[in-house]
Amino acid sequence: MAYLDHAATTPMLPEALDAYAATARELGNASSLHAPGRHARRRVEESRERIAAALGARPSEVIFTSGGTESDNLAVKGIFWARRADEPRRSRIIGSAVEHHAVLDSVEWLVRAEGARVTWLPVDDRGRVEVDALRAALDEYGDEVALTTVMWANNEVGTVQPIADLASLCVAHEVPLHTDAVQAVSQVPVDFAGSGVAALTVTGHKLGGPVGVGALLLGRDVACTPLLHGGGQERDVRSGTLDVPGIVAFATAVEAAVKARAEYAARLSEIRDALVAGVRAAVPDAVLNGDPTNRLPGNAHFSFPGCEGDALLLLLDAQGIACSTGSACSAGVAQPSHVLLAMGADDDRARSSLRFTLGHTSTRSDVEALVAALPAAVERARRAGAVRAARA
Amino acid sequence: MSGGVDSAVAAARAAEVGYDVTGVHLALSRNPQTYRSGARGCCTLEDARDARRAADVIGIPFYVWDMADRFHEDVVDDFVAEYAAGRTPNPCLRCNEKIKFAAVLDRALALGFDAVVTGHHARKGTDGLLRRSVDLGKDQSYVLAVLTREQLDHSIFPLGDSTKAEVRAEAARRGLSVADKPDSHDICFIADGDTRGFLHERLGATPGDIVDAETGEVLGAHEGAYAYTIGQRRGLDLRRPAPDGRPRYVLSITPVTNTVTVGPAEALEVSRVSGERPVWTAGPLPAGEVECEVQLRAHGEPVPATVRVDADGLVASLHRPVRGVAAGQAVVAYRPDPAGDVVLGSATIATTERAGVPA
Repeated sequence: MAYLDHAATTPMLPEALDAYAATARELGNASSLHAPGRHARRRVEESRERIAAALGARPSEVIFTSGGTESDNLAVKGIFWARRADEPRRSRIIGSAVEHHAVLDSVEWLVRAEGARVTWLPVDDRGRVEVDALRAALDEYGDEVALTTVMWANNEVGTVQPIADLASLCVAHEVPLHTDAVQAVSQVPVDFAGSGVAALTVTGHKLGGPVGVGALLLGRDVACTPLLHGGGQERDVRSGTLDVPGIVAFATAVEAAVKARAEYAARLSEIRDALVAGVRAAVPDAVLNGDPTNRLPGNAHFSFPGCEGDALLLLLDAQGIACSTGSACSAGVAQPSHVLLAMGADDDRARSSLRFTLGHTSTRSDVEALVAALPAAVERARRAGAVRAARA
Repeated sequence: MSGGVDSAVAAARAAEVGYDVTGVHLALSRNPQTYRSGARGCCTLEDARDARRAADVIGIPFYVWDMADRFHEDVVDDFVAEYAAGRTPNPCLRCNEKIKFAAVLDRALALGFDAVVTGHHARKGTDGLLRRSVDLGKDQSYVLAVLTREQLDHSIFPLGDSTKAEVRAEAARRGLSVADKPDSHDICFIADGDTRGFLHERLGATPGDIVDAETGEVLGAHEGAYAYTIGQRRGLDLRRPAPDGRPRYVLSITPVTNTVTVGPAEALEVSRVSGERPVWTAGPLPAGEVECEVQLRAHGEPVPATVRVDADGLVASLHRPVRGVAAGQAVVAYRPDPAGDVVLGSATIATTERAGVPA
């Protein structure tokens, strides 16, 4: 099988899996006061320090969560609530139009349920947030903004955002910036303190750790109202018994991924470039979406004119090639991607797209398998697309 | 795969005899939450999950295909328009004609598949003819009689030789959790089974008269003629009983005058039916008259008839009168056969006549 969907989830790194298995045999609740509890706590705090060191944060800034969705919800809702409680006129959220649904839907919920107002920042045709748009929004609404949220790198088209520029604007307006860096950590350099962001989402299973564990890096001075109430285990911002083996494996994966990042990124870029060239040779009218240079090294995202993405996915799946159309709703029905639409694509181009993403187990033979299967799949998907178009 | 027992067993049988089978669940609602909830439908998230689990157990790939827009245009809008025109449509038949054996089949053929396999209770033999199921109580050949020969050639019905009870037992044996899921009877896109309410929401209130067929006397009022079907007795809410004290039935619906006409049971008796837009499932009928049997509604009794094909469609002269025949339903012609009655073709009922009197 050629697995080209590492942005959905990537296999665990062997060292992370070993760390998980070893720690899962150990006893102890990290909140208990006795020896096994202290032992578990030590594992957690060592992990916190390793993650903090790898990502340029202080240990106290690492809040363990259940993963990306929880971290995004906590940052968006928690910072909004805290900021508005402190200064009631701050009830506006600025976000990019290409955020993950964990952010988009959290913001939309705050609009519906909490009376928040929102400004969505447009992106250019490469999926890049326009810095001037943020400047204009902050100039217009600066003193009523509770937070800004812009992802570090896009999960669909892989475009890397100008986070440092966006962060310095936010700092000047004393507005906290949250960034979802789930896809970025392990592929591009991420330094929490150096970036100037107030909060950063990271998750285990996108970088070789387990599913179900992640963190929100939250600046020491950033007020955040909890979502989950209870034992107050994580700086009173997040409650719930800590998943010690998950956290140890997560820390192991983060540390390994960050350490190997430059070499890993170079290797992925090389395979990705071969993939892009191979797809273009096989399907000359395929359109590469996203930014040709400012993109994640493991991401290639194409539109195949005349095809429906879900038909292509089915045909490639039958040939043992796993990839993604990008977004799906709960019933499994593909909707045209909001990311592509925000980039100015029309409905047909958005529906004709397919994402191929690489990870630590990817090889050139995955690319060869894709390139071999693609022409026949595209031809059939075009026939199916023509049937649909003939009717419309 | 609807999420029900029939399509699950059909898929399992097709896979078992060596076909390369891919499971497809149709998303037919633009918003799945608005369609029928619970375990009886074909369109809910729960049903999608049941279908997916069945595919897992069978060991075949599974995808959801979004047919919501086409379903809405071709089936739901058509359903409402037919009622508004005073006819009584059969949406399952329309769904087979326009969605399952058209949109789905066309897409499947383009993608490289050879046929659509469904869990309909009907037989297709080596002669390629469509026949009634061995389970006459569950036979669904009536709603498949809109298929052309070409559509039929690309269709597989693995359940036609089994009774429903056998299908359920087999599902249980195969470990399919849908084995004891209740049958669906209602219209899948009407969440609460309230067809009258569904139509009222879309067509609004159009008050009119309920009129006696013999005297022309106004006997009552209605809020919309679409709420009535030919042969209906209950819910007429007439101001006074008939002089002879016998129950009255809906005989006809006239959209132009927005009138519902009622009369005695024997006035419902129809002896001649004309059909339009014929489809010859078993190939073109020979010119002239054909002796066969016709069925005039789903689960209706077949009656012997002489069918004459003309330029506009067909005319079926029934050898004995039938009650409660509604325009908009299908007239399906069968050739009786000990190996299973063969579907010759079908047409949409346009007009009916009772004993020489146009209804």
